[in-house]
Amino acid sequence: MDTPRRLISALAVTAVLATSGCAVNELNRGDSDGPLAGTLDGAGSSAQSAAQEVWIAEIQNANGRLTVNYEPSGSGAGREAFIAGGLDFAGSDSALTAAEAEGGLGACVPGTGAINLPLYISPLAIIVNIEGVDALNLDAATTALIFRGEIRQWDDPRIQELNPTVTMPSATITAVHRSDASGTTKNFTDYLAQAAPDEWGVDAADSFPYGGESAQGNSGVVNAVTNGRNTIGYADASRAGDLTIAALKVGDEFVAYTPQAAAAVVEASPLEEGRADDDLAITIDRTIALPGTYPLVLVSYVIACREYLDPRDAELVRGYLSWVVSDEAQQVSAEFAGSAPLSPGLAARVLAAIEGIR
Amino acid sequence: MTAPAPDQAPGAALPGEIEAVERRGDRVFSRVAVGAGTAILVALAAVAVFLVAQSLPAIWAPAGSFRGTDGTFWDYVAPLAFGTVWAAAIALVIAVPLAVGIALFISHYAPRRLAQPLGYIIDLLAAVPSVVYGLWGITVLAPATVPLYEWLAENAGWFPLFAGPASGTGRTVLTVAIVLAVMVLPIITALCREVFVQTPTLHQEAAYALGATWWEMVRMTVFPYARSGIISASMLGLGRALGETMAVAMVLSPSAIISFAVLQSENPSTIAANIALNFPESAGLQVNALIATGLVLFVITLIVNSLARWIVSRHERSLESR
Repeated sequence: MDTPRRLISALAVTAVLATSGCAVNELNRGDSDGPLAGTLDGAGSSAQSAAQEVWIAEIQNANGRLTVNYEPSGSGAGREAFIAGGLDFAGSDSALTAAEAEGGLGACVPGTGAINLPLYISPLAIIVNIEGVDALNLDAATTALIFRGEIRQWDDPRIQELNPTVTMPSATITAVHRSDASGTTKNFTDYLAQAAPDEWGVDAADSFPYGGESAQGNSGVVNAVTNGRNTIGYADASRAGDLTIAALKVGDEFVAYTPQAAAAVVEASPLEEGRADDDLAITIDRTIALPGTYPLVLVSYVIACREYLDPRDAELVRGYLSWVVSDEAQQVSAEFAGSAPLSPGLAARVLAAIEGIR
Repeated sequence: MTAPAPDQAPGAALPGEIEAVERRGDRVFSRVAVGAGTAILVALAAVAVFLVAQSLPAIWAPAGSFRGTDGTFWDYVAPLAFGTVWAAAIALVIAVPLAVGIALFISHYAPRRLAQPLGYIIDLLAAVPSVVYGLWGITVLAPATVPLYEWLAENAGWFPLFAGPASGTGRTVLTVAIVLAVMVLPIITALCREVFVQTPTLHQEAAYALGATWWEMVRMTVFPYARSGIISASMLGLGRALGETMAVAMVLSPSAIISFAVLQSENPSTIAANIALNFPESAGLQVNALIATGLVLFVITLIVNSLARWIVSRHERSLESR
């Protein structure tokens, strides 16, 4: 072969390689010939996106002919697209309301409705960056007053009282909240509204109700807390990095954040009333006094039809979601996305609901 | 080719009455040109219709259905509209003198060897994506400004703009304005430079002949000649600053307030940044509200552009009448 022809064939090979590897979820595709084949489309919660990525990568490895797409377009967008029938499943930081779940849904058999499945538990952390302080205890009332701007100094007696062994500096508090609407803010404010209703004064909301310093996204808040001085903020616990995480007062003791403690509070919380048995919308009880529970936690749902118009979709959704609820998948997402694995009791209930999908 | 044959009787066809031969190229060109002109109008009309149709539910919605306020839509949009104009205005105050200075340096002062590379470097600034400016803003600029802001709040706090307490993280509207100023600098500089270069040499030499110094020459000939150019360049920069989304969303610490203080933690947000921050988790009426704020931005931009045109045309007329 002379040089030009070799060059051309090399270029051709490069081009073929380049075009064949166009989508990330098609790379590293296993050769295995698993039972699932087809395409599933999901979208919604961006909190879930890191977990969905690893779940999808693993199940596609095991099922060479399966493609699962998940677009982190936001919970609201995900719910709307699911209701309109554009998706096979949605990810959402808040459950479909009972009326929405039983209403007209595009992808489902009319009249059968949708179910909410809590599949992703993400502990939130109150992160602080105070010179000379590497452990901090807080209760809901004090946290509420700090984030409302009522407590302005770190050496305020109400903080000092909770931390008798620490010398708090006489410095101004900069409390950083999320500037974008988010499930993280909704769960954080829900904790304050439930556990310190008088001090907080308003209901849970996905955009922060009071003024003060703010930053975009988990990474923005973590960045602001890290780069600022005498700062406090809240973010997904997996993003906390080297920052000090405050321990929260539960009952009479202070609970440091652990994934198990976060999963425990979800298990102990009641299901929302007035729903079918397989519709697992959880009302997290943030005032719980059970030892070893950590109340600052975000539960994100996967929303699926009870009965799909196309039985093949039902099979794929059942297959994908029963993988997601498995202990192995929950451990994988804990490792890569920093979530808290579902407790065995809750996982069993979710699995039962998934197996009812037709 | 269309000239009349030499043997034609004189006066048979006046030159003005010659029928032009229309070739295919002409027809294609005229249709493409008309099509392009129409397309932009249609696109603009489509955007306006979409914005208005989607906005109406929010504009008529009862008080209390919006994020961060108990009031009506107008209470919701007022701080955002203010923040948009305020941040862009501060950015222009910083950028325009700097841009005019750079353009003068390049066009009239710097040796040619230095002027050209400098021009390229300024143009390069325009090629940096805004998200990179945002990253620079939060990781480098904002932390670096904290001591300065604290000093300003302490020593110049009596001046309403610099009222304390200063932000502990530096993510204030002033930091945003600095980032915006850097972003609009290239376009203003490039346009000013083009206009400055075109100042008639005769005017400049006449000024020198009258004994003007360099600065007097610039003041007497370059500035009057280029004034409308500087204004239109500034307005183009203002347009970009008004619509900038990503950098503002990343850097600013927003609140739903109207405040002229530029060093505090609570700053008025901008319309574009507010849409970017809140759209992903919005549904139903909240989406309509965000689109309605987009309509307000559309109107603000339209007003700014018309104002600029009017100023420029008035100035050109006064230049001609002189």
